[in-house]
Amino acid sequence: MAGDNFGMQTAAGHLTVAAESKEPYTAEQLAGLDADAAQVIARYPQKRSALLPLLHLVQSVDGYVTGRGIDWCADKLDLSTAEVSGVATFYTQYKRHPNGEYTVGVCTNTLCAIMGGDQIFDEVSEHLGIGHDETTPDGKVTLERIECNAACDYAPVVMANWEFFDNQTPESTKALVDDLRAGKDVKPSRGPNKVCTFKQVSRVLAGFNDGLADEGVGAGPASLAGLEVAHEHGWTAPKAPKADSTKADDESADNKSSDNKSADAKTDAKADAKTEAKATGDAKAPGRHTSGNAAANDPDEKPTAQGTLFDDGAEGKGKEGKA
Amino acid sequence: MSTQLTPILTDFWDDPQSWTLATYEKHEGYQGLKKALGMKPEDLVQMTKDSGLRGRGGAGFPTGMKWGFLPPPDGGPRYLVVNADESEPGTCKDIPLMMAAPQFLIEGVAITSFAIGCNHAFIYLRGEVVHVYRRLLRAVEEAYAAGYLGKNILGSGFDLDVTVHAGAGAYICGEETALLDSLEGRRGQPRLKPPFPAVAGLYARPTVVNNVESIASVPPILLHGADWFTEMGTEKSQGFGIFSLSGHVKNPGQYEAPLGITLRELLDMAGGMRDPNKKLKFWTPGGSSTPLFTDEHLDIPLDFESVAAAGSMLGTRALQIFDETTCVVRAVDRWTDFYKHESCGKCTPCREGTWWLKQILGRLEHGQGDEEDLEKLLDVCDNILGRSFCALGDGATSPITSSIQYFRDEYLKHLELGHCPFDVRESTLFHKDRVTA
Repeated sequence: MAGDNFGMQTAAGHLTVAAESKEPYTAEQLAGLDADAAQVIARYPQKRSALLPLLHLVQSVDGYVTGRGIDWCADKLDLSTAEVSGVATFYTQYKRHPNGEYTVGVCTNTLCAIMGGDQIFDEVSEHLGIGHDETTPDGKVTLERIECNAACDYAPVVMANWEFFDNQTPESTKALVDDLRAGKDVKPSRGPNKVCTFKQVSRVLAGFNDGLADEGVGAGPASLAGLEVAHEHGWTAPKAPKADSTKADDESADNKSSDNKSADAKTDAKADAKTEAKATGDAKAPGRHTSGNAAANDPDEKPTAQGTLFDDGAEGKGKEGKA
Repeated sequence: MSTQLTPILTDFWDDPQSWTLATYEKHEGYQGLKKALGMKPEDLVQMTKDSGLRGRGGAGFPTGMKWGFLPPPDGGPRYLVVNADESEPGTCKDIPLMMAAPQFLIEGVAITSFAIGCNHAFIYLRGEVVHVYRRLLRAVEEAYAAGYLGKNILGSGFDLDVTVHAGAGAYICGEETALLDSLEGRRGQPRLKPPFPAVAGLYARPTVVNNVESIASVPPILLHGADWFTEMGTEKSQGFGIFSLSGHVKNPGQYEAPLGITLRELLDMAGGMRDPNKKLKFWTPGGSSTPLFTDEHLDIPLDFESVAAAGSMLGTRALQIFDETTCVVRAVDRWTDFYKHESCGKCTPCREGTWWLKQILGRLEHGQGDEEDLEKLLDVCDNILGRSFCALGDGATSPITSSIQYFRDEYLKHLELGHCPFDVRESTLFHKDRVTA
């Protein structure tokens, strides 16, 4: 894989796709995929929702998103191949060329980079002789720079097939990739007893539990840092007023926040009145509605003076309303 | 020290099998659901409003009010979608919560679904945390087996299915409407609002989108009462939250505390700075999208109002701490690289703006360019903030404008020297070990 131009774009923007990527699945592969797809599709009210898991499933068989995989997803979900490709190329976990057996991702977002991620990436890159999104000649390790993986209290963090390796150093990560290339079992800091292969992990990401949930720790040391301080000082959460006092709680709460409540009620009534009329928007064929032009669109609806009528779409993004 | 930690969601994370249903049931697990099923759904919504619980995913919108915005039932489906796409740089609370105690979330999903009349809930987890996905899948299996999910839950006649869905790597999918598009099997790009998800969300049906920690906080609130919750925190920012300390502190980690605690107090609990001889230089109160603070801001109560009054946002309580060995230009340059990489491309100000910001910051970090570049940065930021389609574009400007506000001299120093004045090795975790070795 290394050495050829697979997955590369030409100057004209054409993607080089090997002929093998389009070779049809064997009858056996197809039977397995189809059976799995039926299970995945059954999880959702509309079948298009199954596209992300199905692409993970394609990677569990092919090791990347192949041409035949795109054809198969399109066929299963009644989509065009262009629609499937559009989705497959949007998300970074979908690989456009054959991936190594292990993806080793070094977090080089700001905090990890500063805590040593940059140095880890550089040293491991030199050690392996490959750069970002490149694979070792033995097909074992694909090296990546990754974005924040929500383990900043363990910085610098390295992910091997999306399992956590906490508080890494250049030495520990070089040892990790050496072990992976040598075929040794490798145990993450927080995860199962050994790192699974890229294809195995892709199958889990398609929603097929591999039964390893009970392996590994519940929480690493940093996750417990606050709890330990609390234990040391004998701090606990306040006790509830009474063990079982549903009614009393509700009533006192009612009285207490009556001011807020009347404001809420007004807003509610307004929202309700507005929405009642249009909530009956015409039904769309399953998997076929265009979300951007939902029938319930009301051009006159505006955020309130507080900035937002609902959450400003910033859940998880640390943003309040626009300034 | 006046404020004390309040372990609630983190209370039994040190149990050897903290993630199992058996452990959860030993710690009041599913007692909230039992109580909820005997209540009227509208009373549950009211209770959540009364508790003052505000969204824990960053924006801080009142959770109960969000539930209350759903139109009256019309016989069609209504959905609850949990935003578990935690990917704001610095934010690392939901992932350990779901790893250590996923049943909090599952019980919260069941209670919330009952409150809003939802029979099929979704948890959208980012795809890059496979062991957390395993734990969630297992938690849902266990809850089904125990009769907490499925048909006729605990004999109440209420049915609920829960689907745990893995994303595939895209920061933008933490934006609630982009998340819905992604869950529908599309590119994760934000939708025009209105209509808001409460009116036309998943499959254009009424939908509540809530953060993991918000939903996980529901069972304890229900069990102990709204008053219990409002006793913690400040007058307008009620209750507790998980504060995530990372970077140059002695003991980084998760500290669950009432809102309104200060960084000074938290730092004290975390053993102070990693190297006591190195001063705190700058920090983020709630992830990289919230304007930077400096050592002047150590005593600002970390609640929604106080942080906003000081010019930033509480965000996700992701406290990334950087000491004086850190180059602020390098930090901001890297965050900008992130926003450029993660811009979904839907709107021009963000797609083009983040690209240009990266070009300019890249050369400044290397001591190239000139002082006018600072004005250019601010001008580009001005053209993104408030003009981009969603909050990602706005967020990209926060570290830049705040760093120029507090550290203009450091930018100029780069230009003066023609290179970065810092030794990048000094700020690493392993610097000391290597020096002494």
